[in-house]
Amino acid sequence: MLDREQVLHVAGLARLDLSEDEVERMCAELSNVLDHIEKIRELDLDGVPPTSHVVDVVNAFRPDEPQPCLPAEVALASAPEPLHGGFGVPSPGAA
Amino acid sequence: MSELIDLTAAAAAERIRARELDPAELFEAYRRRAGADELNAYTWVADGPPAGDGYPDKPLGGVPVAVKDLFCTKDVPSQAGSKIIEGYRPPYTATVVKKLAEAGAPLLGKTNQDEFAMGSSNENSAFGPVLNPWDRRRVPGGSSGGSAAAVAAGIAPWALGTDTGGSIRQPAALCGIVGLKPTYGACSRYGMIAFASSLDQAGPLTRDVTDAALMFAQMIGRDRCDSTSLEFPGEIGLPRAEDLKGIRLGVPEELTGSEGGVEPGVRASYDATLAIAERLGATVEPCRLPHAPHALSAYYLIAPAEASANLARFDGVRYGLRVDGDSDLTTMYSRTRDVGFGPEVKRRIMLGTYALSSGYYDAYYGTAQKVRTKISEDFRTAFERFDFIVTPTSPCTAFELGSKLADPLAMYLNDFLAVPMSLAGIPAISIPSGLSEGLPVGFQLAGPAFSEGRLLDAAYALERAIGFDGSEARK
Repeated sequence: MLDREQVLHVAGLARLDLSEDEVERMCAELSNVLDHIEKIRELDLDGVPPTSHVVDVVNAFRPDEPQPCLPAEVALASAPEPLHGGFGVPSPGAA
Repeated sequence: MSELIDLTAAAAAERIRARELDPAELFEAYRRRAGADELNAYTWVADGPPAGDGYPDKPLGGVPVAVKDLFCTKDVPSQAGSKIIEGYRPPYTATVVKKLAEAGAPLLGKTNQDEFAMGSSNENSAFGPVLNPWDRRRVPGGSSGGSAAAVAAGIAPWALGTDTGGSIRQPAALCGIVGLKPTYGACSRYGMIAFASSLDQAGPLTRDVTDAALMFAQMIGRDRCDSTSLEFPGEIGLPRAEDLKGIRLGVPEELTGSEGGVEPGVRASYDATLAIAERLGATVEPCRLPHAPHALSAYYLIAPAEASANLARFDGVRYGLRVDGDSDLTTMYSRTRDVGFGPEVKRRIMLGTYALSSGYYDAYYGTAQKVRTKISEDFRTAFERFDFIVTPTSPCTAFELGSKLADPLAMYLNDFLAVPMSLAGIPAISIPSGLSEGLPVGFQLAGPAFSEGRLLDAAYALERAIGFDGSEARK
């Protein structure tokens, strides 16, 4: 049901550089799971409101007061490439 | 020392309070056992007891707790079973872990789990599978498999886990211990590495119902760092009920019939427990949850959809693994994520991304959200006539390592009886109901939102009448 093109498209959206092997397995496994899941599309759900969350809280506001935050060196302590007090990344344009 | 290990957490806390037991001695006894763990239940064990004082006067008495690796613990590895954050030491501690420490339960160690809590066997951990203490050739269940195995084996007095679609209840069932999934919003999710934010809840894994109540009472409450957390209505005391007089139990045909795939041995233990409940004064009658059989499908759209968004943060920029070479930014992201995530996590990210993608959103994610509404309505209707809905926790007992790894769908079917409650956000507890061919079976009770007090009471009365003996797994 899910073909190679679709798997590659979704992998691109999900930022996953899947190997050729993984693409093939994903086609079979996801199709199998989706075949099972498909059944819910047969239910009559006209006019049923969706539930995104069970907690009936619409907004949770608090006063906007300044609070202490993490010092930069702590926030950067686990970064693969701390750079000039920020997170270093490859250039979006380089290749 | 074996005598120490046989104490429940509540009994140990009681002795400490009576100044009959030194909390440092208890910590050391467990630390030594955890250090010699042969089940791969731990991913990190504390060096020694933390500098603590006043334990005898605190509600949890200094009884140390094992914490699932999904919880952030300051300066202590918090890896969520994943290679992508191997060795990550967070700059802060999750609210519930902090609350337990303040109440007198210091951190004993971090426990192994399925990667990002995705799995029902603990085989999806980047740090290797956990073995079931009842039979080491079998899985402990998942995703809180390390927590469940540690408690069952007596290498932790009690443990903290998380449940998104059964991840506390199912491993508790497969390891012969008690697991409580609280009402959504009862406990703060702050500092829990997010899997599916509308479903994730922290909860206790313990040797008995009293321990679960004791720990849960210290976990609840609104947290300003989690806007979906709520003030818990009322207090949680220790359970005292001795019978089930006047309690109405509903048996949902849709889940307990042939469609649920419940094994004969599990079914027998379930039926025997229903008979015990009747002897204790409960009424047991069939009830309907017409949409519950569709919960699994809805769950496997909603949870992966939320996961695909939550796991976008693992991109090789702020923490954890980075795989780059001489590449551009997008290639760095994609390579890091392909190398860092395990097969099940990638599968769920793919499934979730697909369900949310343009052209499929309404058909999949939208439909699943409507099914979720119907499932909540089903429970609401059922609770007009019944106090609790009861099912087996898992359709099967602990299965052999590797036996379901090749078939993702077969693995997902383990969650059939657990996900309806997750989608409805209601509390559910699993207690051991007996053995089937030498392996533990779990019995699940689910109640309306914030009914934990009554739920724990009913579970306690049943537990006493069942008289399950888990000492075999601690040998």
